[in-house]
Amino acid sequence: MSPRHIGLAAAIMALASVATGASAQQAERKGIPAPPGHVFKTIISGYEFRSKETRTLQDDDLENPGFLAVERAADLWKTAEGSEGKSCMSCHGEAEKSMKGVGAAMPKWDDKLKKPVNLEQRINICRSEHMKAQPWAFKSQALTDMTTFVRFQSRGMPVTAKTDGPMSPWFERGKQIYYTRYGQLDLACESCHERNNGKFMRADFLSQGQTNGFPTYRLRDQRLVPLHERFEGCMFDVRAEPFKPLSDEFIALELYVAWRGIGLPVETPSVRN
Amino acid sequence: MKAINRRQAFALGGGFVMLTLMPMAADAEVANDAAKWIEKFTGGKDPAKGKVSLDLPEIAENGNTVPLTVAVESPMTAESYVKEIMIVADGNPNAGVATLSFTPLSGKAEAAIRIRLAATQNVIAIAKMSDGALFTEQKVVKVTIGGCGG
Amino acid sequence: MADKPRIKLPKEAAKGEIIQIKTLVSHMMESGQRKDAQGKPVPRKIINKFTCEFNGKPVFSCALEPAISANPYIQFNARVDEEGTFKFAWTDDDGTVITAEEKIALKA
Repeated sequence: MSPRHIGLAAAIMALASVATGASAQQAERKGIPAPPGHVFKTIISGYEFRSKETRTLQDDDLENPGFLAVERAADLWKTAEGSEGKSCMSCHGEAEKSMKGVGAAMPKWDDKLKKPVNLEQRINICRSEHMKAQPWAFKSQALTDMTTFVRFQSRGMPVTAKTDGPMSPWFERGKQIYYTRYGQLDLACESCHERNNGKFMRADFLSQGQTNGFPTYRLRDQRLVPLHERFEGCMFDVRAEPFKPLSDEFIALELYVAWRGIGLPVETPSVRN
Repeated sequence: MKAINRRQAFALGGGFVMLTLMPMAADAEVANDAAKWIEKFTGGKDPAKGKVSLDLPEIAENGNTVPLTVAVESPMTAESYVKEIMIVADGNPNAGVATLSFTPLSGKAEAAIRIRLAATQNVIAIAKMSDGALFTEQKVVKVTIGGCGG
Repeated sequence: MADKPRIKLPKEAAKGEIIQIKTLVSHMMESGQRKDAQGKPVPRKIINKFTCEFNGKPVFSCALEPAISANPYIQFNARVDEEGTFKFAWTDDDGTVITAEEKIALKA
């Protein structure tokens, strides 16, 4: 290497270390050891990739804006709706007891429908079949609030994902989607979240793309955002035609990405960018 | 030297570009009405530096929700207390952010709020004491937009 | 949309103690800068004032502009000289007022 080229290389190295080290959020990120055969060595929650100020917002239940949703849904839980005159409480009693662990193990296999069902879908199945009430629209405040409230009952519990048996083809489909490049920008989930987490993509700091905190209060949107809306947003951002929320594709992806975060504590309602 | 490909060049340049992407407030052809807000609050008097501590992140996670804490040293007695603290942002469409009013019953002249910042800019706090004295502090907050869905 | 405000303060304080009060209220704080799908500006609708009184005496208040984030968080302090009731009020541009109150006791 000629001296001129060494100088240039050194300059580029310096620039690179400034660029990628800019946020001073390098190396020392807390995570959990991944099980053998997992994609990651250490599984790290999105919490660890956000700024100190954002983490502070999540840490205090009063400061955490996601709790406005938890409170609203706590009232909704007791409200009778539909022709059966039932509320969630009529069948499920106190959510703190009956819903503990439920949100940590989604999506779950439904034997009647012969497919996995996630939390939003489960809530609407309960509403239409047992309460004979109108199902809530995806992205509606009521559905997002209730999903947050139910998942919150699992806060601190480890994420689990059943990927064998009838779930196996769904797991494989989710994995396939994760590694497929989409859109005009020709990027796959793994392009950012597996190969480049811990680095900046223009002005965004990339995490491992874990889902243990969803629905999450996004500072950008100043409201809670459900998982499939985020999936949809990501696909939109790479200029692809997104799959529809609650579609088979996103359910498969939800299952696969839950596995990628296996063991992480549920953080709902989390606070993210 | 091995040529770097386009992808590597973007990766290298990306972080560096981030900080220069957003225009500094002074860059805008149209400065906002910060001067008017300040003039109205101070009555034209120049505030002194000191006594005010303004806590803001150096780089905002997201410009839509930026936590801010402001505190002013004062005994907060009926004889000597902080009456008001005005916060303005000189790069937003409108400079006004909030005017905080205290009484001796506040105990401490300290408050925390969350603000919206449209771009990298100065956030300025001016405190008005019960005897009319004025103190000020300001901080630059870097606001980045873009990346992916950012 | 009058959701219950969330408020945190201690249940009791020593006489003369300065306590910290945290408040959070649900509100879109529509800034008036956004445009709808047709390109028409969405009108401003924010909480423009917050007040806190204790036993009828003013403690802290603030005037808010559209630059305040949605779901306004306001944290401040109060000196507790006697037991009593804090009254909080958030005023919307349209004149509606959201209110809440919290009692505090004096430590023996």
